[in-house]
Amino acid sequence: MSMRVFEGFKFSKLPTPIHNMDPRAKFVMILAVAVAALLFSDILPLAVIFATVPPMTVLAKSSRRWAASMKGAAMLAAIIFIMNFITGSTLTYAVAMTLRFLTLVSSFSLFFMTTSPDDLGLALERLGMPYSLTFTFTTAVRLVPTIASDAQTVIDTQKSRGLELEKGNPLKRVRNYIPILIPLIVSAIRRSIELAEALESRGFGASEKREPLVVLKLRRTDLAVIAATIALFSLTLYVRFYVPLPVVESQIRMPKILPF
Amino acid sequence: MRTIPLINVEDLSFTYSGASASSLQNINLRVDRGEFVILTGLSGCGKTTLCRCLNGLIPHFYPGQLTGKIEVAGLDVQHRQPHELARYVGLVFQNPENQLFSLTVERDLAFGPENIGLPRAETRRRVEEALHTLNFEQLRHRAPYELSGGQQQKVAIFAVLTMQPEVIILDEPTSFLDPKSAHEILELIHQLNREREKTIILVEHRLDLASQYADRVVVMDKGRIVLNGPPRRVYSEKAYLIGIGVPKLTLLFNRLRKDRLHVRGNPITVEEAYTRLVEAIARD
Amino acid sequence: MIEIDDLSFTFPNGYKALNGVDLTISDSEFIALMGENGAGKTTLIKHLNGLLKPTRGDVTVDGVNTKRASVASISRKVGLVFQNPDHQLFCETVREEVAFALRNFGHKEDVISKRVQWILQTLDLSQYADSSPFTLSGGERKRVALASVLAWDPKYIILDEPTIGQDYLQKDRLRNFLLQLTSQGKTVLIVTHDVEFVAECKPTIVLLSKGKVVGQGPSEEILTNPEVVDRCSLTLPQIAQLTRRLEPYGADKKIIDVYSAISEVKRLIRRHR
Repeated sequence: MSMRVFEGFKFSKLPTPIHNMDPRAKFVMILAVAVAALLFSDILPLAVIFATVPPMTVLAKSSRRWAASMKGAAMLAAIIFIMNFITGSTLTYAVAMTLRFLTLVSSFSLFFMTTSPDDLGLALERLGMPYSLTFTFTTAVRLVPTIASDAQTVIDTQKSRGLELEKGNPLKRVRNYIPILIPLIVSAIRRSIELAEALESRGFGASEKREPLVVLKLRRTDLAVIAATIALFSLTLYVRFYVPLPVVESQIRMPKILPF
Repeated sequence: MRTIPLINVEDLSFTYSGASASSLQNINLRVDRGEFVILTGLSGCGKTTLCRCLNGLIPHFYPGQLTGKIEVAGLDVQHRQPHELARYVGLVFQNPENQLFSLTVERDLAFGPENIGLPRAETRRRVEEALHTLNFEQLRHRAPYELSGGQQQKVAIFAVLTMQPEVIILDEPTSFLDPKSAHEILELIHQLNREREKTIILVEHRLDLASQYADRVVVMDKGRIVLNGPPRRVYSEKAYLIGIGVPKLTLLFNRLRKDRLHVRGNPITVEEAYTRLVEAIARD
Repeated sequence: MIEIDDLSFTFPNGYKALNGVDLTISDSEFIALMGENGAGKTTLIKHLNGLLKPTRGDVTVDGVNTKRASVASISRKVGLVFQNPDHQLFCETVREEVAFALRNFGHKEDVISKRVQWILQTLDLSQYADSSPFTLSGGERKRVALASVLAWDPKYIILDEPTIGQDYLQKDRLRNFLLQLTSQGKTVLIVTHDVEFVAECKPTIVLLSKGKVVGQGPSEEILTNPEVVDRCSLTLPQIAQLTRRLEPYGADKKIIDVYSAISEVKRLIRRHR
């Protein structure tokens, strides 16, 4: 799986309506899309649901990164397609399942691309999660680029000492990762000790009650989004259970040469 | 009449848990309100250990055997948790990267006041004041890791300042900074000392940069305090023997005097050295 | 000789770190690469052992173009000592740590043990040979990192910010060691912003700013030029600030180290008698 799929989950600050949305409203919206994708198994509704994602990424000015993450997820998508087809499903069914997978990945990717970990932490706090947990979460997210950069430095350092990461038999190549993992883990531990010292020195845990500087408030647009999402989702439920949809089904199946 | 010192350390000894040798031996140190003290010595002499004792990280975060008395702002440090002491003693660390937690400058400045449970309006007031003093209002929504090293350290210092401690300890804050930023940070610390009467303890190797701001220099060696006095007096023969980086100007003058030239004074700034040398040149 | 010819480098995210750098590093030279944070110093040195390949331009090490060689092969000649020793230590003993690169380069075991013993002795680490590197102090870990690179005796030795966090004695020892290396015919390049350190060992200075070389020459010339120094977020060494002030009295403002200053002041005083 390409590293590029991770690009689609990294937050970057942009002034778009999607970015500015309260994380709770955004989450409701994206959860609705994801659940809708799980409700249907036919290619037509799934294609429609999948099609709602690209316009949102455009609105979030993140379409290029979304496209890159789709490319990165392509391999996994191909595996899903092949596995479905090989086990005897029709071509259209395999495509439908692939679309479902891509919809799920896309919707969550969109959420994380447009929500800052800080805002996410604040939202979780408002929903009642204890501060120590939300802080752990946001710090972990904040540290990801730092540790990634450390990893690159460790790799550079060991390559400069003659470590070959590309050559050798599979066993040797796995062993060659020990000089990368150990310094990385040790550095991460040292870093977290320093962080903990700094935390204590800034009074972390001194008071049970906290009044955060910034408070999340649901604005009218956020409430409107939530209302619209609930409405559309109800409609979707209705369609799912009560409306017969035209079935698009090709009879192409794989010939029975495999035992399953 | 002796005033009550802000920091009073009596006969402090400490051995880290599991260590064979002690890190601090019979430390006696008194710091009065408003003093600017430089703490220096070779690597491993105990300077960082002493700093950690002053804000409670030792013995609460770093267990070990501690004997003696440590009093800061009237509080018995040994029996208080570090997070309680945070509003009396602030500690700024060497690496700016590992002491800034938030995703915006504004929230990092607010972190301390939030932790001690201040009302939102008060936190906001202190954050605004910090941003204004630093002239960082434009940077309030920027991520701390996007800033330069010098800017990060300034934020780190003010992030401690928003809790309004009386004592600020800084452990080699200029290590990772270029000379220009290092100078700016030292000037900032000097300002805090002069204008806000903060008591400063600065751990530093770069004595030629920092000495001019200090009321006192405390030199440690192998866990003990071996020299303690105004900078010019401390930079003596004994200081050289210990191996600390005595300012080059002082070294210059000492050597000139050894070679029997009549130069007066123990300058620690270029201005002083210049004045004294002009005197000496004109005299002859 | 290392030749850097019109080197430009742009990171995958689009950031142009190097903008047409031209530089020649001759044998047995002692160079300090200085400049403000973000000037491109670390990016530049990563090109010298092939970790990074130029987006445009060429880097040639003893006739071999880095674009056509692996990092491992260039590293035999160019030893890069990174800033943070904790980014490399992973072995159970110091001895193993120092031997690591030698094993990667395919040396025989008897050669390896001889080399390891020699470098541990040279850097005063023999007593720690069988200790775990993780139990050593910060300064000692830095020496182990240095030993592990010097062990394979590279011709070019590059150190990234070797003086950060070091006390005066450690810096003094480092300075003497670097000068010793150059007198033995090695080429030494340090990346640093420690103006006072540089003033005492006086290497050739290469000033980098915003990805370009903005100054090159002897320390006495570069470090006494206030405009160029300020542009790179550096300061004049204290001694240079003093001799500059004393210029009206006949002082040579190109004096930047203490010992030359002692002689100079004596000369001034005697002259005015």
